[in-house]
Amino acid sequence: MSLAVTERNSPFLLTGPALLVFLGLVIIPLGMTVLLSFYDWGQYKGIVPEFTLKNWVEVFTDSYFFEIFLRTFRIAILVTLASILIGVPEAYILNRMAPAWRSAFLLVVIGPLLVSVVARTLGWALLLGSTGLVNQGLIALGLITTPLEFMFTETGVVIVLIHVLIPFMILAVWASLQRLDPQIENAALSLGASRLTIWRRVILPQIVPGILSGSIIVFSLAASAFASPAIIGGRRLKVAATLAYDEFLNTLNWPLGAAVASLLLLALVLITVGSNRLIERRYAQVFE
Amino acid sequence: MRRNSPPALIFHGLFVVFMLAPLLIVCVVAFTPEGYLSLPTRGPSLRWFKAIFDYPEFIRAFRDSLWLAALSSTIAIMLAVPAALAIARYRFPGREAMTTLFMSPLMVPHVVLGIAFLRFFTQIGISGTFVGLVLSHIIVVIPFALRLVLAASYGIDRRIEHAAISLGAGTSTVFRRVTLPLILPGVVSGWLLAAINSFDEVTMTVFIASPATVTLPVRMFLYIQDNIDPLIAAVSACLIAMTAALLFALDRLFGLDRLFVGSGKG
Repeated sequence: MSLAVTERNSPFLLTGPALLVFLGLVIIPLGMTVLLSFYDWGQYKGIVPEFTLKNWVEVFTDSYFFEIFLRTFRIAILVTLASILIGVPEAYILNRMAPAWRSAFLLVVIGPLLVSVVARTLGWALLLGSTGLVNQGLIALGLITTPLEFMFTETGVVIVLIHVLIPFMILAVWASLQRLDPQIENAALSLGASRLTIWRRVILPQIVPGILSGSIIVFSLAASAFASPAIIGGRRLKVAATLAYDEFLNTLNWPLGAAVASLLLLALVLITVGSNRLIERRYAQVFE
Repeated sequence: MRRNSPPALIFHGLFVVFMLAPLLIVCVVAFTPEGYLSLPTRGPSLRWFKAIFDYPEFIRAFRDSLWLAALSSTIAIMLAVPAALAIARYRFPGREAMTTLFMSPLMVPHVVLGIAFLRFFTQIGISGTFVGLVLSHIIVVIPFALRLVLAASYGIDRRIEHAAISLGAGTSTVFRRVTLPLILPGVVSGWLLAAINSFDEVTMTVFIASPATVTLPVRMFLYIQDNIDPLIAAVSACLIAMTAALLFALDRLFGLDRLFVGSGKG
């Protein structure tokens, strides 16, 4: 009898500590942040715990905030598209390599993930500056005469975020490529399909779920990226994350910063949950 | 296995250059003998590596980051192991929701977590303390620990545990002598991945770090915001070299594909 009781309670005993920690350190702080976004704030009076919608009204009506959120999602979409265009062929190429080469180049893909994003962005700042190696190389090749502007531009931020986030796309696509049966490809080839047809009709349909789940990861990380846009974009080219940072640590308008953060969280949750639903419905048979 | 075509290999070559160029340039610039950012055309110099020791804040931040990574990932794994065993073995109400909750720090933007912790820690009076850093890092690394322990827990043959119980072993003996050794690869790799992610975390930490307790990536970020010079390149080069060494060790010990791709099969 007592054994049955322990057996019935044990999942709750085992998950209890983690659950308490998450309740205290995730649910409560996030709830407090949402609450904070409804508080009043003034230059001299500070945070006043009185219910007001003014932060939300400001975030939704001020064109300054609209522009920043628009830029954030524009950058995230461009980064996601570029990651698909580069990451999918690269994953396919990696998958076809001999195992020894493949594990060597896997280090090249995964390695940068483990290096602090600050160090990686510093590398790009060195490469992309007006006297950086990229501009020097393009001028030496005679492709351009005056240096291109990468620093403090959206182009620069997009390039850096592709570098930072593309490993996630490659890993997601690679995982789905590994489930492919190479015999299906051989069958298509023996039936006279061209390489392009095989790609389009045989391989691509099977790896679409991998591409989509990679896209969700890349998109949400790009939309909430902070260190790279802060370093490459500078103070003028703000995105949602750097805007929230400025409101919290420079302007000290915490309620407004909390509204920006809550909106970013809400938008990302809606987008990721929505697209997950869509994928699961559309590709239910692939996931089994 | 069919071979890659020449255009595919050219594409691959360009991709490898793209991935490695920013890391290599940092390492090259770090060896410059000049007082400004430049390639070491007059031959390499260790000047800027020596200069790191004149800035004790980098050394201190590095030490704090190591402590933080070790502490937070150890506590995270202690919370993740029982939770993973429960999720892998039992069907109970709220199981799915709980798994989603425990994995949620991967989906919630770190900038939002940073703000939430800043607000919460200010209210309870531990803002800017090392305790606050540890608590917040436990949350962001739990998903990595949980995922790998969970993958290991699904693979256990429970008959081995039942055999131990039938031979008279108590609950704690079964866990210590049977269960833990079986899931140990998952525990170790989960701990490592958690520690690496804690060490690298910057977006959330920048909100809750204070001048007294600051991690190395945050210290570097704040430095770069002011100016970019060969000193910060030298600090970054050290970090890249350490990561490269760790990467080769991990690859030898576990196999990187096991650690990062399809770890579900165990």
